This record gives sequence, C-alpha cells and structure tokens, in this order.
Amino acid sequence: MRQSLLALLAKEPAHGYELKQALETIFGSAYPSPNIGQIYVTLGRLEKDGFVRSVDVEQANRPNKKVYYITATGREALETWVEEPTEGPRVRDEFFMKLVLAPMTGLSDRMALMNRQRRHYLALMRDLRELADQTDPANRVALLLIEGAMLHLQADLDWLERCQEDLP
Amino acid sequence: MTDTPVVRAVNLVKIYQTGALPVPAVRGADLTVDAGEFVAIMGPSGSGKSTLIHMLGGLDTRTSGEIWLDGRRADTLSESGWAVLRREKIGFVFQFFNLVASMTVADNVELPALLGGAPPRQARERREYLLGELGLADRADASPAQLSGGEQQRVALARALANQPRLLLADEPTGNLDSRNTRDVLRLLGKVHTQGQTIVLVTHDARVASMADRVVSLLDGQIVDDGAIPKSRRRPAGGVGDVVELRS
Repeated sequence: MRQSLLALLAKEPAHGYELKQALETIFGSAYPSPNIGQIYVTLGRLEKDGFVRSVDVEQANRPNKKVYYITATGREALETWVEEPTEGPRVRDEFFMKLVLAPMTGLSDRMALMNRQRRHYLALMRDLRELADQTDPANRVALLLIEGAMLHLQADLDWLERCQEDLP
Repeated sequence: MTDTPVVRAVNLVKIYQTGALPVPAVRGADLTVDAGEFVAIMGPSGSGKSTLIHMLGGLDTRTSGEIWLDGRRADTLSESGWAVLRREKIGFVFQFFNLVASMTVADNVELPALLGGAPPRQARERREYLLGELGLADRADASPAQLSGGEQQRVALARALANQPRLLLADEPTGNLDSRNTRDVLRLLGKVHTQGQTIVLVTHDARVASMADRVVSLLDGQIVDDGAIPKSRRRPAGGVGDVVELRS
C-alpha cells in the first residue's frame, strides 16, 4: 500500500480518510477495502522514512485533521517504483503443494483434490462474474482489475488440467 | 412424466476405428440431465468432450450404450430419425458454426423455427430478439461469408435457440469470441437458463462453465467428476470481494 498512498499524495495532499476513499473510488469493489487503521500505520511509516510529512489543520468544533504531503525523497522513491519493472505474479503454489504431498501421506487422493479444486475455482469465477455485473460499466479500472483476476483464474484451471493429465 | 430427465446416457462408449488400432474416445459415460439444468463439460483436449456431446445430439454414432432424450430411446434411431428428433427437440451450436452459406443471417436463424412449424411472424420476432441480444441486429441481411468468425458463432447460437428447443447442446460456444462478445453470449445463456432452458455445453472457458449448475469433468474418455459448483464460502451475498491483492 506504501506506493499507492505515495502516488495519491503526489497528486495532492490529503488526510487518511480521503486516501481510503480515493482508493475505493478508483479501484471499485474488486479492491479489498483498505482498513483506515492500516492506512494510518502506513502513513506513519512513510513519515518516519521521510517520504511524507504532515501538518495539523485546525477544524472548528472537531479535533485537528492531519494532512499529509509528499516530500522530495518520497517523490524520488515513487519515481523509482514506477520506472522499475514489476515482478511477474508468483504461481500460487499452496494447492500444488497439497496436490504433490497429500497423496504421499495417504491423506487424500489426487483426483479428489483436483476435482474439488476445480469446482472451487468455478465458484470463484462465478463471484467474479457477479462482481463485474454489479460494477459500474464506466469504471474501466475496476472492470480491468476483475478481468485480470478472471484471466489468472482461467490459467489456474488450465494448469489444474495439465496436472490432471500428467500426475498419476 | 415431469421427472423424466431430458438427457440420460447409460454406459456410453465410442471407439473410432480409423487405422489399424481401435481408438477409444469415450469409455463408458453415464450422464443424466434434468429439465432446466445447465451442465458444463470440461476436460483436456482429446478427453472425449466433443465426441460425447456429438453423440448426445446424434451427430456421431455410439459404439455401445444407450441414449435417452426426453424419455425416448434415441441411440437406435436412423439418421433421418435423428434429424426429426433434432428438429423437434435439440438446438446445437457447433464449433465450426455450419451456417447455410446461401441464406442470409436472418433466414439462417428463422429456419429452425419455421421447420418446427412456428408461424412466420413468431419466427421473425424470435429471430429479432435473439440477434438483438447478441448485438447482431444490424447483420440480419448479411450472408454468413460476410461475417467474422465471432459473428458467425453468435448467429449459430441464435439459430440453435430459435426453436426454444427442449435441449441446447453446444461445443465451445465462445471459442472464437473476444471478451465483449463472450459477455453477450453469457448474458443470453443466463437469460434462457433462467427461463428454464436445459443446457449441456462443452467448454474450457471458465467464465462459461461458471454459469452452469453442474460441472462434468472428462479425462481419457471417462467421467471423473460430476457435481454442483458450490456456493462460494468466502463472500457474503452482496458483500465486497477481495478478489484482487495489490501487493504492498
């Protein structure tokens, strides 16, 4: 979350709650709604590292509001992040571990594991479809995020099929 | 008779005898599909999916076993008997469309309804509805040769649904479609399924398969799994998904 908060602050100074709202608006419901506490913890760390600073803004009849803004160091860190290539997704290997190891222990047979996992993936796909249907068609960012998740899930299913073919 | 399954296959076997060696494609498949059910058949290529669905539609003969459609024994039918049964009860979407090249899109879609005895006006209205749902309203007067592969595939689906068949069979109905056209097809399949359409289709597309009530998995010509797609355990209905993890 560090970089996304930095990116938002590079656009304009904001307080914690505004950052939470901005993330929700931009990424839609496919994005796990960020916990406000988590945002403040992250902002605190960014401040400690010198990437952001905060000023207290007085409010009438309310506690002071802490508004964060990005520092030159923060902007540099953000630039580095944007420019360096991003790691490819790592294969989600927990299921693969189960698949390889469980039969050795006699806990389960592979066919049953694979069949259950396939049905589970399809249930997840149904969720994603429903999520896409409920998403505002104008929110291209949220829809692309969901489409990306669908493509990953399809790859997981294809891989499962390969496992079913090649693992005895 | 309301409990009669729409499809019942018993110990269905298909062995191709092309070269010197017999090649088993389907090895003893049992499958029952009730009225209104949506079943997706999945499996690696060469696992017998297409052969199975072709046999269910009478497009490929079975080597042994039984096929019952809507309570009627079908595997013993002659080719012309199958043709009549298909006209009356089955809509089939082929992987390679099989549209009549000399007819317009509109006529291709209306034909099954007209052959099935629907009044011309009803056939036309149904055609207009289906092509509209699939985003093809403006292609009605085109000939199939003027269409892209994806458009032809959607026309084939409209044709298969024209007659509101007892059973819709489809072999990779989104195989040639981009993401947007796939959405149109999914929406239409969802609609007709809600209206009670029985559907059996072969697909490797998880978006299509996730529409189904049940998934049947084939491996080496045998059914290795047959069961409902579970309700998701993760997400309360109407809640917000955490489908995407953006790394910190």
